[in-house]
Amino acid sequence: MSTRPASLRGEDGVLALLRPPSVSPRRARRMWQRDLILYRRSWKLNVLPNFFEPILYLLSIGLGLGLYIGDRILGVEYVEFIAPGLAAAAAMNGAVFEATFNVFVKLRFAKLYDAVITTPLEPEDVAVGELAWAVTRSFIYGTAFLAVMGVLGFVHSPWAVLAPVGLLLTGLAFGLIGLIFTSLIPQIDLFSYFFTLFVTPLFLFSGIFFPISRLPAAAQPVAWFTPLHHGVELVRALALTGEITLAGSHGLWLLGFSALLYAPAVNLMRRRLVV
Amino acid sequence: MAGDVTTRPHEPPQATGPHGASPAVRARGLHKHYGDIAAVDGIDLDVPLGGCFGLLGPNGAGKTTAIKMITCVSPPTAGVLEVLGMDVRGDRRALKGRLGVVPQGETLDPDLTVRENLLSFSAYHDVPRAVAAPRADALLGFGQLTGRADSRVEELSGGMQRRLLIARALVNDPELLVLDEPTTGLDPQARHLVWERLRSLKRAAKTLLLTTHYMEEAAQLCDRLVVFEAGRVVATGAPGELIRGHVAPRVVELHGVEGDARDVARLLAGLAREVEAVADRVLVYTDDGESVVSRVRGAGLNHQALLLRDATLEDVFLRLTGRSLVD
Ligand SMILES: Nc1ncnc2c1ncn2[C@@H]1O[C@H](COP(=O)(O)OP(=O)(O)OP(=O)(O)O)[C@@H](O)[C@H]1O
Ligand SMILES: [Mg+2]
Repeated sequence: MSTRPASLRGEDGVLALLRPPSVSPRRARRMWQRDLILYRRSWKLNVLPNFFEPILYLLSIGLGLGLYIGDRILGVEYVEFIAPGLAAAAAMNGAVFEATFNVFVKLRFAKLYDAVITTPLEPEDVAVGELAWAVTRSFIYGTAFLAVMGVLGFVHSPWAVLAPVGLLLTGLAFGLIGLIFTSLIPQIDLFSYFFTLFVTPLFLFSGIFFPISRLPAAAQPVAWFTPLHHGVELVRALALTGEITLAGSHGLWLLGFSALLYAPAVNLMRRRLVV
Repeated sequence: MAGDVTTRPHEPPQATGPHGASPAVRARGLHKHYGDIAAVDGIDLDVPLGGCFGLLGPNGAGKTTAIKMITCVSPPTAGVLEVLGMDVRGDRRALKGRLGVVPQGETLDPDLTVRENLLSFSAYHDVPRAVAAPRADALLGFGQLTGRADSRVEELSGGMQRRLLIARALVNDPELLVLDEPTTGLDPQARHLVWERLRSLKRAAKTLLLTTHYMEEAAQLCDRLVVFEAGRVVATGAPGELIRGHVAPRVVELHGVEGDARDVARLLAGLAREVEAVADRVLVYTDDGESVVSRVRGAGLNHQALLLRDATLEDVFLRLTGRSLVD
């Protein structure tokens, strides 16, 4: 039943959360396809707010505030400096929104998953299907924004063709974080803590608007441990500076982060759905 | 699989019924504990293939918990549980593919249309598209929803939603259909329509397992019943058997008695096998209703109404659980 939050300790303890979950990729795809069917019908409604949000930041902070910032950063105008970071943030937002609100509504209010797991889909398949959809959605918004950057002439490196991979890795990390939070909370109101205390600070302090070297010394390691920082630096390295080795190290960081969170995220969904 | 049974040392290999097919459900010493709560507290259950089997019991008796274990969405704490000859702890995906389930409550996909609800569950069941589409049309007809195929779920009445839930449980042509309170909350007309649909499934030789709070539903639909109380089975049998086995055939009811109904019951205790007080009613169970009626009249008691009728499942339920089904 999905009314109670999953327990971290559970019946088998915390360590059992690290066990590799048994997932059927084919069945997970069924869940993903369900979301795709729905998205195809409603994308026109959904795409606009998600798409325009980073554009608004680009205009307000990039062009508006940027006017007062005479210095060039990394050899480009301020607006061009923040654009790749905004693409990574768009990927974060797309994944997080899907893995929190949308999954929680299906879990708690529609009780949809209670019915889905009576079919051959297991809770693990549901979790991976929804994760895949969160990544898909973040990819759609992130690449749409990248395309706008290209049109505006903000892309300065041929490695930009790999920038979508950076968006995928960013979406994956945040899809996993969102799923874990969703499995653990009893009611939807708690998402406001997640957004105010986690997502918004990341957005502001992960190096999108200024390099984290400008943070107080004590805060810099904290920023280094947040996935958005690596997503921002990864997309910036690919689309702007072309520093491919740097990009590779940030990409590996994100991959490692997701590898660590994958089993707990999927196993927690089982604990949430099955008691 | 049936073959696994032979590997279990303390269980003789008898998972199969008289005709060689496994029974729909076989439980032995089945337990489900939530912390200190024993929601299911050691039940044995034999649901044969074919026909309709009912689980009755008051709120919190453990019906849904049993259903969830049978449909592989909640693991048993202890005991043997085989469904269609397969262990519920084994290949759950394969077993669930053979079941159709109507869970308790509203669980339709609210974002999808009526037809999409059927098609998405067909996909979860791996039904090929070429089969799923015509079957969805047939199921829309079955649920009398053909005209509403493109409606959103929230536009449907409660009765239509329930018929859609049943249709959705049939997309994989299941061998066993499990329904947790399929008619709770429906008005009498909508309920009769659901009963009629379930009867047509029985005629099509499906096996049905359902829970209900309605005695009339159990009497009309079920070939066999078990009554749960506090996680245990307190009675098993066909509806008629249960009535014959647990209460006298005739019931005299006194309504609106003056004073404490229990005092009146004590006063009448000598009249018949069983006399029971329920709220402001007194029920006298007897083999000879007419003579009890005349003797009650002779006793000069003050009451609003006197009624003589046949015993029903409701009476059995009251006797077994000490309370009425809907509380
Ligand atoms: N997830 C759970 N956690 C803790 N206790 C539970 C849980 N689910 C059910 N219970 C408890 O188990 C007992 C049996 O509940 P169950 O839902 O099986 O009853 P039921 O017979 O289906 O009742 P109803 O007729 O009201 O649907 C109840 O005491 C209930 O509170
Ligand atoms: Mg129930």
